[in-house]
Amino acid sequence: MPTLIKNGSLEHDRWTVLKEATGPEVLRAVPNKRFIVPLKFWKDYGQELSDYQGEIAIWLDSHENVSELGDALQTFPLIALNFPVFSDGRSYTNARELRENLHYSGEIRAIGDVLRDQLFYMSRCGFNAFALRHDQDVELCLQAFTDFSTGYQSSIAEPLPLFKRR
Amino acid sequence: MYQYDQYDHQMLAERVAQFRDQTDRYLDNKLSDSEFLPLRLQNGLYIQRLAPMLRIAVPYGLLSSRQLRKLAFIARHYDKGYGHFTTRQNIQFNWPALEDVPDLLAHLAEVEMHAIQTSGNCIRNTTTDQFAGAAVDELEDSRPYCEIIRQWSTFHPEFAYLPRKFKIAVCGTAIDQAATQVHDIGVYLIKGPDKVTGFRILAGGGLGRTPVIGQEVFEFVEKQHLLTALEAILRVYNREGRRDNKYKARIKILVKETGVDAFKAKVMAEWQKIKDGAQTLTEDEIQRCKSFFTDPAYLERSDNPEQLSQQLKQDALFQSWHSRNVHPHKQTGYAIVSVAFKETGVAPGDVTDTQLDYLADLADEYSFGEVRISHRQNVVFADVEQEKLFDLWQQLKRHSLASKNLGLLTDMICCPGGDFCALANAKSIPIAESIQRAFDNFDELTEIGELNINISGCMNACGHHHVGNIGILGVDKKGAEFYQISLGGSSRNEASLGKILGPAFAQDEIPAVIKTLVGVYKTNRIDNESFLATFQRIGMEPFKEKIYANAD
Ligand code: SF4
Repeated sequence: MPTLIKNGSLEHDRWTVLKEATGPEVLRAVPNKRFIVPLKFWKDYGQELSDYQGEIAIWLDSHENVSELGDALQTFPLIALNFPVFSDGRSYTNARELRENLHYSGEIRAIGDVLRDQLFYMSRCGFNAFALRHDQDVELCLQAFTDFSTGYQSSIAEPLPLFKRR
Repeated sequence: MYQYDQYDHQMLAERVAQFRDQTDRYLDNKLSDSEFLPLRLQNGLYIQRLAPMLRIAVPYGLLSSRQLRKLAFIARHYDKGYGHFTTRQNIQFNWPALEDVPDLLAHLAEVEMHAIQTSGNCIRNTTTDQFAGAAVDELEDSRPYCEIIRQWSTFHPEFAYLPRKFKIAVCGTAIDQAATQVHDIGVYLIKGPDKVTGFRILAGGGLGRTPVIGQEVFEFVEKQHLLTALEAILRVYNREGRRDNKYKARIKILVKETGVDAFKAKVMAEWQKIKDGAQTLTEDEIQRCKSFFTDPAYLERSDNPEQLSQQLKQDALFQSWHSRNVHPHKQTGYAIVSVAFKETGVAPGDVTDTQLDYLADLADEYSFGEVRISHRQNVVFADVEQEKLFDLWQQLKRHSLASKNLGLLTDMICCPGGDFCALANAKSIPIAESIQRAFDNFDELTEIGELNINISGCMNACGHHHVGNIGILGVDKKGAEFYQISLGGSSRNEASLGKILGPAFAQDEIPAVIKTLVGVYKTNRIDNESFLATFQRIGMEPFKEKIYANAD
């Protein structure tokens, strides 16, 4: 299981990411769990699973747009955004969109190719939880959030741009 | 020039520390090649054919004498004694060792310089007219806005992993010297309705494999909306730009495939969400940035002083240098001086440590301690008293910097090409040199007049070959180096892209080909018509006929 950093410290991860799922029976077989399911799965079976005895969250791949979540957005305790490869920057925009325009205040979790050297920018775009790739040095990763003391532009972490603060 | 405050200094120091740590981890095998790659690129570091290459940012081309001296120091201590001015108003060093780069960056930070985002798939150095602030045809100085964009784009957390590199240019003059239309985003200062100054913004221009002129996305936005407008364009691009094919990943492809109207609609939708938000510029901030670019302490001088007229009359060499290298200045009694770094036998844009030191001295003595780098790889002294032009010229001569080929055929743009660049199909520097040798008669050059030759060693078009009046592109023909010629490109206001002449040539054929092309131009030109104007009038055929006549 990948290591989870949440709000700046290590945390035990109680969620399971469902990479792919054939149908709702997968979840029903294990009641009382917490699943992060793919967008398409939720679109297809969300309704059916509304009585599931456990919790359901959702994950979006980098090519998917958070606007597809519609009004259901606020019902998720957690939204995970995938980095298929660390150099794919689309999930930064999704995270920012969630916080800035859709006013989502739950957990936004980075999953996939999540590495030490991208954590700072991710945190500035609104991610507050990071499921690290298995080979990452946790101690080094915990230091990443202080790479820079501030930034020039308006961001989720610091809504006022530097020119309004200096 | 912009002065760092404690925030700028601190972030830069943090950046150096961050890169030092990343380099250590890489050398320690804790970071893989592919993971280190974008990190080093965003600090300007390429691994090239011979050694790493470090590209240092020169924001909008402006350098102080103190910075020039630091660059000279770096050329001496970390390189083989020279650097290279690029077509993006930056400077490159070809020989630093990877493990030295963090120290080198720390040296640069002392003089408020860095290599941040000079490479990689992020927002690059913003460029502008090398005459900004001194030009006669300027609506407003573009540099404060370049600085505003620089700060906004530096360490922008959302746009560090774009589909591809992203270049922004700003133009504040009537004659566009910044090739603004062929940038991913081109920003023009214009007067809008009610005569207030604001911006017209184009997107989707670019050179490279598929050259295109940018399309208008914002017809007019008021100044305070500059950053939100840029952010809206970037956001659409980050989300929707193609990531499946490196060659289709630039914003120009997205604009083309989406269609400009649909693209515009998407940008507007994004913009509505953030317009008037936190990133909206304040008058205070605009004034603050403007305060760094006020006029230097000009003295009261008159135009065309008697002494200068005498010197021009007496010295024909000075006169011919003056006619090509001295440009009008907005301030009475002052002039702008361009120094061409295009000596035959030296790669275009190459500059030695001694020359850098010397430029610094000259800047202090003649131009308020500043120089600018132009995208044509030349150096500009922007504020020289006309009375001192003769002195300056004599000083330049002493260091072989008084070449007067500015704007003429031998003032070429040339990328590093196969001698240095791992991506090259062919060498470009020897081509430039062979052309310079074929045209070594200055009278002939003056007689030919304004003619730009731009040379790139491959499709990536760092030498801007598409917008050269004559463009030369290195191509690979079954493993041999060949050169494709295009005609009619221009990066001025009516930017146009060159059209391909025909089959490519071998390296040793190029000087003769250029001679023939120039010959066709001279036979056909009317009065003082330039090469470009003649080409636009008579078209490709006469050139083609002459060049390939013998082949049939
Ligand atoms: S045009 Fe090609 S060969 Fe020349 S510097 Fe750019 S990538 Fe290298």
